Amino acid sequence: MATAAKVLRNFYRDSVSLMQLSSTFAKLPGVEQASAVMASPNNIRLLRDAGLLTESVDASANDLLISLQGNAGALESALAAAESALKQPPSSSENGLSRGIPPRSIEMGLGNMVGANLVLISTPGEYAASEAFKALSLGLNVMLFSDNVELKDEIALKRFAQSRDLIVMGPDCGTAIINGIPLAFANVVRHGVIGVVGASGTGLQQVTCLADRWGGGISQAIGTGGHDLHRDVGGISMLQGLKALAADPSTSVIVLISKPPSPEVAGRVLEAAEGAGKPVVANFLGADPALVRRGNVFAATTLEDAAAAAVALAEGRNPDDAKPKCTPISIPSGLSPGQQYIRGLYSGGTFCYEATLLLKKELGQVFSNTPVDPGDRLHDVWTSRAHTVVDLGDDLFTRGRPHPMIDHRLRNERLIKEATDPETAVILLDVVLGHGSHADPAGEIVPVVQKARDLAGKAGRDLVIVGFVCGTAGDPQNLARQEMALREAGVILAESNAQAVRMATAVAVRAGAVGGRL
Amino acid sequence: MIQALFQEKLQVLNVGLSSFADSIAMAGGSALQIEWAPPAQGQAEVGRDLARLINLSAVETANQTAFDAYQSAQPVLRGIGIAGQVIPNMADRMILHSGPPIAWRDMCGPMRGAIVGAILYEGWAENLAKAEAMASGGEIAFEPCHHHNAVGPMAGIISPSMPVWMVTNTINGNQAFSNFNEGLGKALRFGANGPDVITRLKWMGQVLAPALRTGVELLGGMDLKPMMAQALHMGDEVHNRNAAASSLFLKRFISALLKAHIPAADVSTVVEFIAGNDHFFLNLSMAACKAMLDSAHGVPGSSMVTAMARNGVEFGIRVSGTGNRWFTAEAPLVDGLFFPGYTTADAAPDLGDSAITETAGVGGFAMAASPAIVKFVGGTPQDAIDNTMTMTHITIGRNNAFTLPSLNFAGSPAGIDIRKVVDTGIQPIINTGIAHREAGIGQIGAGITRAPLACFTQAVSALANTIVDG
Repeated sequence: MATAAKVLRNFYRDSVSLMQLSSTFAKLPGVEQASAVMASPNNIRLLRDAGLLTESVDASANDLLISLQGNAGALESALAAAESALKQPPSSSENGLSRGIPPRSIEMGLGNMVGANLVLISTPGEYAASEAFKALSLGLNVMLFSDNVELKDEIALKRFAQSRDLIVMGPDCGTAIINGIPLAFANVVRHGVIGVVGASGTGLQQVTCLADRWGGGISQAIGTGGHDLHRDVGGISMLQGLKALAADPSTSVIVLISKPPSPEVAGRVLEAAEGAGKPVVANFLGADPALVRRGNVFAATTLEDAAAAAVALAEGRNPDDAKPKCTPISIPSGLSPGQQYIRGLYSGGTFCYEATLLLKKELGQVFSNTPVDPGDRLHDVWTSRAHTVVDLGDDLFTRGRPHPMIDHRLRNERLIKEATDPETAVILLDVVLGHGSHADPAGEIVPVVQKARDLAGKAGRDLVIVGFVCGTAGDPQNLARQEMALREAGVILAESNAQAVRMATAVAVRAGAVGGRL
Repeated sequence: MIQALFQEKLQVLNVGLSSFADSIAMAGGSALQIEWAPPAQGQAEVGRDLARLINLSAVETANQTAFDAYQSAQPVLRGIGIAGQVIPNMADRMILHSGPPIAWRDMCGPMRGAIVGAILYEGWAENLAKAEAMASGGEIAFEPCHHHNAVGPMAGIISPSMPVWMVTNTINGNQAFSNFNEGLGKALRFGANGPDVITRLKWMGQVLAPALRTGVELLGGMDLKPMMAQALHMGDEVHNRNAAASSLFLKRFISALLKAHIPAADVSTVVEFIAGNDHFFLNLSMAACKAMLDSAHGVPGSSMVTAMARNGVEFGIRVSGTGNRWFTAEAPLVDGLFFPGYTTADAAPDLGDSAITETAGVGGFAMAASPAIVKFVGGTPQDAIDNTMTMTHITIGRNNAFTLPSLNFAGSPAGIDIRKVVDTGIQPIINTGIAHREAGIGQIGAGITRAPLACFTQAVSALANTIVDG
């Protein structure tokens, strides 16, 4: 280990600058230790004690002394570099005030966006309730996209919100459109007079997209999360949304979407709907329409019916005459005798549930991971049996992977598996567009559809693939382009889930009848 | 009314998936992405406690009360006393130290060295070995300065016969105490305890203290807050840089000293001593900060930090609404620059009560006033401003007495709020000296450190437990 030193005569730097320089010089190549000091006798002694200075130097306290310790070969160039660094003028710093830091909490964000009126939360579930509580405490409405929030937290949040005249959309609220702005997984829809409150994200997407497709428009779409109409939650958010839409002069028709609420919650919601002062279309999936229908409240049995009724009411027509017509499907002749079952591969939970309801009515038993009747539970969710529809967005499938609306791999694998099953007659698919969804779902699905048809063809079978695209012309993915690509690949497209299910049913009924004859 | 939302422009704070903010912007909406991370280092239960405290009226009201008491405090240097006679509950064989409570066996090197030095200074033992045996043998009570309204830099050692500054907050009458600053180099506060150190301490007791006492009496006391404010305008942050404040003190004091009928030789040594120590004012700054903060302590429900202190092993904080409890975590190492021949490996972990200055909104919080200081971590004057501005996000308000020229004379951020620290993860910044880990070597550098988050997360849960829902 060698040392080297250099004296710069009458060269003053304050001690902090010198310490800073010392640490810079210590990083020069080949240098182990470095020091830049004013050459007072005391400092020289310190350097000698530290072993940094071995040669004698002739210097005074007015001189600057650089001393280095390191590889003998590197010290000379390091000294030169150190000297030139010392003599460089200091770099100019920015003037003015702070550069600021990005907000790191809701409260801090409120400092930057003083007019904020909603917090959209999509953190992991265990932290989500706390963030929502903070937002409410700060007087902000909440959309809680996060799932895995405990029911007791949901109840506490919603009651707290209610007491402050704020709303909590969620937890597990995938979709909302507020003041024309799509939130989370939402579609770009025309502005209009139809206000929607929905406990189901894909349900809201289906109704808003179909209304858009049929010439209607949306004033607001308020999500409540799937548990809002649970008995213990009591429909707090749906009742708040309903009340707000009833009072909103820009809304002339209200649509309510939910799985069947508990009877007392249903009673409360329908009572509030009756007092809304404007027509209300209620779609409680699977509920008896007769129990829903009253005064200004119309019952819709499917999401499609709800959208059609709302558009009719918005245009001053009778909603009962507005049932959408189903396009007849031409059944291919190439189905083999054993091909008799429907296999529904859904990315949207509500679509899956609606399909199960409709299929059960026509075909009897339908297996599912989210069955309508507990007896129809598909125990091995990875293997279909008889008529099966699966919600691939269920936790059972998504554990450790992205949602199938974003990542198509899981469904694509399943699609191939169903295509190779000689009992599969029809594969049923939903394709969801909008903000948040995959940028080009058709691009993901088309090659797999082709492969599936090839596989079936090689085994001497035809294969019917029926689907529908839930989206709008305004969506980033563009509805028309997606539909065209899917049709070209041979997917038979319906306008809605209900229509796709009916087409699939027609095929299955015919195939079953044919199969039965043989 | 939720309906009111329909009449406003939707403005969204987005916590979580940033693509949601992008979609909102793409649709022509207004969204601000929060740089979110799980608060409280991911402890969901603490996060719940925190959420309950955010914007809670009980806490907001309490904080206003505490902050007003801090803000309106007027610390005045009233005199010089002998620790054993003036410090409350100072027992005969008691030695005060910096930071949260700590037993002899756990103390760091500099603190042990300083205690041994104090025992020698007091004459309780005649040599080092006996002094150490006495300290380890349980014959002496060790208590934090903070338990006695006192503060001391580095080891913070105060023994009964040492002279102390007596500072009174004239608004509510509370007192604060601090020892005298011995200067740089070998000093008791760094654990040095050789004969020269003891001799200087004796001189400070016999010559310096009486001279200061007479001078302060002649001056009728000295308002410290304006002096600190003036020093902030002269490039000090009155923690790690006290050059201006020490000069201001001497300027005020010297005429009184000359009138005090003190032997000329003593006047000369006293002036030389004060003039030769750029940190002379530090202990006064600390006592003033302690006096201001003690008046804010003990407000039920308040989340305002009233003390941050380190004993070289643990970093501890106290909070207005949680009484005299300490919330501690391992003392961090200091990120800084070292005197020639020393490195991080030689450094003791963070030490001393001097973080009382940051707690009071000066020191690191007023770094914008003192660009020279930021160089300790290779920063620029802009960094100094940024550091001060960052602290505005974790404080209750601004001290309108401590204005900062480079921020257009805005007040210095003050009143650390434990809720904001935990919610943002922004740690209070502290300018500090670095002591050698072995006793007696002294200061080996200076730099910046940050208060450990764990202190604040514990405090949030403790405060939440004091507040009943309702």
